[in-house]
Amino acid sequence: MATLEIRDLHVTVEADNATKEILKGVDLTVKQGETHAIMGPNGSGKSTLAYSLAGHPKYTITGGTVTLDGEDVIEMSVDERARAGLFLAMQYPVEVPGVSVSNFLRTSATAIRGEAPKLRTWVKEVKEAMERLNMDPSFAERNVNEGFSGGEKKRHEILQLELLKPKVAILDETDSGLDVDALRVVSEGVNRVRETGEVGTLLITHYTRILRYIKPDHVHVFAGGKIVESGGAELADKLENEGYEAYTKGGASA
Amino acid sequence: MAEAQNLPVGSTTAGAIAVAAEADSTVATRMSAPPSFDVADFPVPNGREEEWRFTPLERLRGLHDGTAVATGTGVKVDVQAPEGVTVETVGRDDARLGRAGTPVDRIAAQAYSAFEQASVVTVPKETALTEPIRIAVHGEGGTAFGHTVVELGAFAEAVVVIDHTGDAVLAANVDYVLGDGAKLTVVSVQDWDDKAVHVAQHNAVVGRDASFKSVVVTFGGDVVRLHPRVNYAGTGGEAELFGLYFTDKGQHQEHRLLVDHNEPHCKSNVVYKGALQGDDAHAVWIGDVLIEARAEGTDTYEMNRNLVLTDGARVDSVPNLEIETGEIVGAGHASATGRFDDEQLFYLMARGIPEYEARRLVVRGFFAELVQQIGVADIEERLLAKIDEELEASVA
Ligand SMILES: Nc1ncnc2c1ncn2[C@@H]1O[C@H](COP(=O)(O)OP(=O)(O)OP(=O)(O)O)[C@@H](O)[C@H]1O
Ligand SMILES: [Mg+2]
Repeated sequence: MATLEIRDLHVTVEADNATKEILKGVDLTVKQGETHAIMGPNGSGKSTLAYSLAGHPKYTITGGTVTLDGEDVIEMSVDERARAGLFLAMQYPVEVPGVSVSNFLRTSATAIRGEAPKLRTWVKEVKEAMERLNMDPSFAERNVNEGFSGGEKKRHEILQLELLKPKVAILDETDSGLDVDALRVVSEGVNRVRETGEVGTLLITHYTRILRYIKPDHVHVFAGGKIVESGGAELADKLENEGYEAYTKGGASA
Repeated sequence: MAEAQNLPVGSTTAGAIAVAAEADSTVATRMSAPPSFDVADFPVPNGREEEWRFTPLERLRGLHDGTAVATGTGVKVDVQAPEGVTVETVGRDDARLGRAGTPVDRIAAQAYSAFEQASVVTVPKETALTEPIRIAVHGEGGTAFGHTVVELGAFAEAVVVIDHTGDAVLAANVDYVLGDGAKLTVVSVQDWDDKAVHVAQHNAVVGRDASFKSVVVTFGGDVVRLHPRVNYAGTGGEAELFGLYFTDKGQHQEHRLLVDHNEPHCKSNVVYKGALQGDDAHAVWIGDVLIEARAEGTDTYEMNRNLVLTDGARVDSVPNLEIETGEIVGAGHASATGRFDDEQLFYLMARGIPEYEARRLVVRGFFAELVQQIGVADIEERLLAKIDEELEASVA
């Protein structure tokens, strides 16, 4: 069973010629089949955690360990992490001019699966996955994220999640910028992947509304660069009612 | 408008739209001498002149100062033409030479003053070729001055592929003469070895309702400096000037374009894209478009985009639009030079795609739209393969 283990993770960024510590000792274990929601105020470091796990070059890991099934993730390059089974659905997906969605998806699936998917079954697989996410077939011929609306970008991220079938999926604010219909469609996509029981999900969000569609097993409150409280689904209800004030004003904030 | 995103160190991008009276066209006055077929009418450049300031004169192997001497052999020209096309080798006095334009700088005039034989390729009127005319220019280490004429009679249609390979020091003029309603696509590929020096002026005169498409592809050479120029012989003419360059470590690749809208109701569209990598890779793009006072109904757009893949490369991009009449359909220009985007690389790699493959996707993507407009299938494939080869070389 795949397990992502994060131990005492410290991360810095370079900003204005100064080194700033953003993550201050994150501990978290995500097992295959589990769903963990990470909730926290703006600027608390949620995206930094997501990017650091994926290996974004702007973030420097200064302490701690991250392992996937015992393998050192920090030692791996960005593409190796993805091939090892980590997937990050980005808060702000990047436009890649001149690269079509279909070319991108196929190149990516080929890299992750270790061989090019058979063309006929692949076309069908993509077409069906797009239909389930209410994506028009014309998207396949458009350039990656170019001119996509916020909601379309998020559907496209979840399309990749469905096609790439990672061991651990990190979803960074996949709910932001979605209207109710899009939120439902996207959540259903995430749930289809979760129902396979083969993915561990790290659901990063600022709001509780997505948790009505995607039921977490564990909820963690993230503030000041680390997890300050953990609990079950009921913790989300408490946050819904009380907000983050208790955490940001208290000793947790740096 | 000119925009600079993420402009690499040392690079410049400038843009100007000038509304000028006929008498003080800056396109004309920026040159150190008026156009002439005689090299003696041009001073030897010192590098401070507007038209020479980006060019490394010391690497021109004497083409600019009269010290380059033709070697007689060492540059071979081979023309393969389908049936119906006339291919001739003619002397200096042939009346068909020099009709599409006059040399505008010293090296073009030097080439015109020094060539001994010219190639004249003629497609008779109303002949539509189904196969391209292929002109292979292969250098075997020699120095040469060349002149080539490609003429299409009225309503003729042809594709010409000119391939430059090997090692040479070459200065040349190429004339394209399009009769009324003719359609000509010319692909000029500069796939030289590392040491080659190639300076050329391309002149096109576009007949009434004729269409001219030029695709300039520059990969090789130590110094390549090309001067594609277009003017019109009647109304309704169209010119598309596409260019693609991949400038490597130490290479100087300079493309200086002029579209002279000297007739009413003509169109032009200029799109040049370049990728650069390696120390002292230097690309220069000058795009001059002149809309003369009588050229009412002109529709023109020009664009230059550069993708800088590594530190140490430099781009100078100068679009320049000069308008002498307000009675036009449209006129615009754009220039942008940006670094390779690390966020794109991260996004692709985060989907499992290895770094080399990700770079290849992004660079291919950058050129893709332009490659698709070439319309000559074997050239499109060759270009994509060449782009891959250049990228591979950079990884190795
Ligand atoms: N690349 C960077 N350069 C400089 N500062 C950064 C960088 N990335 C993050 N930070 C800083 O780190 C802190 C945490 O940012 P992060 O984006 O991780 O927060 P977040 O919890 O995801 O916020 P949000 O809810 O707004 O998405 C912020 O103060 C942010 O300004
Ligand atoms: Mg965030």
